[in-house]
Amino acid sequence: MSLYSAETRRLTKRRFTKLFLLGVTLILAAVAAGMFFTNEKAGPEQIASAQAQAQQDYQRSLEQFQRDKTECQAAQGTAQASNWPPGCEGMVEPTIEDFQTQWYMPPTFDFRENFPDMVTTLAALLAMVAFIVGASFVGAEWSSGGMMNLLLWRPQRLRVLGTKLAALLVFFTALTVVFSAIWTGLFYLIAQARGSSESMTSGAWQSIALMELRGLALVVVAGAVGFGLASLGRHTAMALGVTIGAVIVFQFGLGTVLSLASVKFAEAYLIPVWMIAWMNKEVKIEDYNSCDFSSASGCVPDSLTLTWPMAGGILAAVFVVIVGASMWTMRSRDVT
Amino acid sequence: MTAVLEIAGLQKTYRSRKGVRRALDGFDMTVEAGQVHGFLGPNGSGKTTTLRTLLGLIRPNGGRMAILGREVPESLPEVAGQVGAIVESPQFFGNFTAQDTLSLLADAGGVRKERVAAVLELVGLRDRAKDRVKTYSLGMKQRLAVASALLKEPKLLILDEPANGLDPGGIREMRTLMRNLAESGMTVVLSSHILGEIQLICDSVTIISAGRRVAAGSVADVLKTHTSSSVKVALEPGVDTRTAIELLRANGAQVTVEHDHFTVGNAGNPAQITRILAEREIYVSELTPLSADLESVFLELTGTAPVEGQNRQVDQSAAAPAPASGGWGQ
Repeated sequence: MSLYSAETRRLTKRRFTKLFLLGVTLILAAVAAGMFFTNEKAGPEQIASAQAQAQQDYQRSLEQFQRDKTECQAAQGTAQASNWPPGCEGMVEPTIEDFQTQWYMPPTFDFRENFPDMVTTLAALLAMVAFIVGASFVGAEWSSGGMMNLLLWRPQRLRVLGTKLAALLVFFTALTVVFSAIWTGLFYLIAQARGSSESMTSGAWQSIALMELRGLALVVVAGAVGFGLASLGRHTAMALGVTIGAVIVFQFGLGTVLSLASVKFAEAYLIPVWMIAWMNKEVKIEDYNSCDFSSASGCVPDSLTLTWPMAGGILAAVFVVIVGASMWTMRSRDVT
Repeated sequence: MTAVLEIAGLQKTYRSRKGVRRALDGFDMTVEAGQVHGFLGPNGSGKTTTLRTLLGLIRPNGGRMAILGREVPESLPEVAGQVGAIVESPQFFGNFTAQDTLSLLADAGGVRKERVAAVLELVGLRDRAKDRVKTYSLGMKQRLAVASALLKEPKLLILDEPANGLDPGGIREMRTLMRNLAESGMTVVLSSHILGEIQLICDSVTIISAGRRVAAGSVADVLKTHTSSSVKVALEPGVDTRTAIELLRANGAQVTVEHDHFTVGNAGNPAQITRILAEREIYVSELTPLSADLESVFLELTGTAPVEGQNRQVDQSAAAPAPASGGWGQ
């Protein structure tokens, strides 16, 4: 327990941790402020204004149509007639249905519809911070010689590395739970002030809670992967290098090659797609080069649905492989 | 006396694409309780590898080690609380203060918090305890490293180059500290290249070269073993020194000519010198046994004495032990 509390203290005392937490807090505050100021509550005043705007635009379009039609008729039999449809037929007269009031409504924050995107934003940001802080937490220890010092005090390699990892993951679990609670409360208030939360049911709340739980898992896996990679390379740069390499190779390189080779469902090889599948429960990828013909609906492209259990399986496998490899090397490699 | 530290037949081999390198080749070492023990060897001789292996950082390929009577590395977790160590240069996280660094180590090792202030006072860092370590000089980092090793009030203290980077005052303080610790019952193993210091403060030494022990015992014994063979010879003024030297060399003596005298390096029986010279009516005015210091013994045993016109490479050192006694004239 003393080792665990020492590692938790070490993690929270680090300037790197403090700076990244401050940074992510500022970014999240900016997102929340942006959502607050760009949304408005839809009251009778906004509806009346939207209706007036729609009506005004309809009248303007109607007047334009009348002018165009008059000009077209006047141009018949002259050289200008080629600028207009033959016989002025096919000119479409605007109707009031073309100017629906809802399109003139200011953006409004509907909690049920919009908050899931905010959950994904929070999870992605915290996962990135967990990855970098996790990598630096153990990477700096290795490169500064602190790990060797610690092993002279506690010559139990797996216990030392395991305790460090546990301290990191417990810290980020607590952080994610607190941030998620604040985030949910904040956007609930934004919805109250600048939108609506009326459509929320107990089922909708449950769905959001489960999504936040999946976000927590993403943060934990990201932290563990950053930690594991930096421990494998015994340097923070190892984790960051692998990440940059993976982004270049998988996202740009592989994405381009697969696209050029017209590989079916090429997006399925891209990491962000799997992250979205994990957070949104599923992602449907369509192959627009194929055609499943049916007399009822015509040509329908082939599709592949990536589900959250599939994405969860990949997350678990990555976690086990990288953390397992870092533990194995910790046990077997000399500390020099 | 009981042995606090025992190493027997320790082996460590590194394999790489360039081949196999034996860093430790059956190394032996014994340190008795309450002693200040010097651990000497040229660069690359295996000193740090030995210490790292002993402390569980490196896995040996063979041999046996015991600390405080317990086999290591198996029992290292149980004895680690009684062993304070610094290995190679002091390494700490630069953004933490000395106080934070020691306090975190105390937490991790279950040591009383009061020890932090006590050891900072002991090594002279009390007034700089709240400064970041990255602002420290090498000597201050060295003091912090010694403080970290002393934090758990160890029975065995292992210090690798503790005087590295210290100013003359700091070296003297460190010497006094080592002696005081030994007097309080602590066993200190000291690895250093400052041989004058080792000679001053150590009770016993082990000298390692090319991964093997080439000498061990009390400092006095090691010096005595290597002092008897050299004598300084001065002749009466006006005597032809060249003839005397040629005469001795013809009889197998290893003669080194100095400004106003010469030395015979393998003079096992100095009476032979006077006899050979007297037969040719050359009389000596001075015949003094040369007492070796630890530095010359070290250079002789490890074969690392500088040779004019040659650049010695780090791995060029003697592996076989030098003869303990004997020589020309016996």
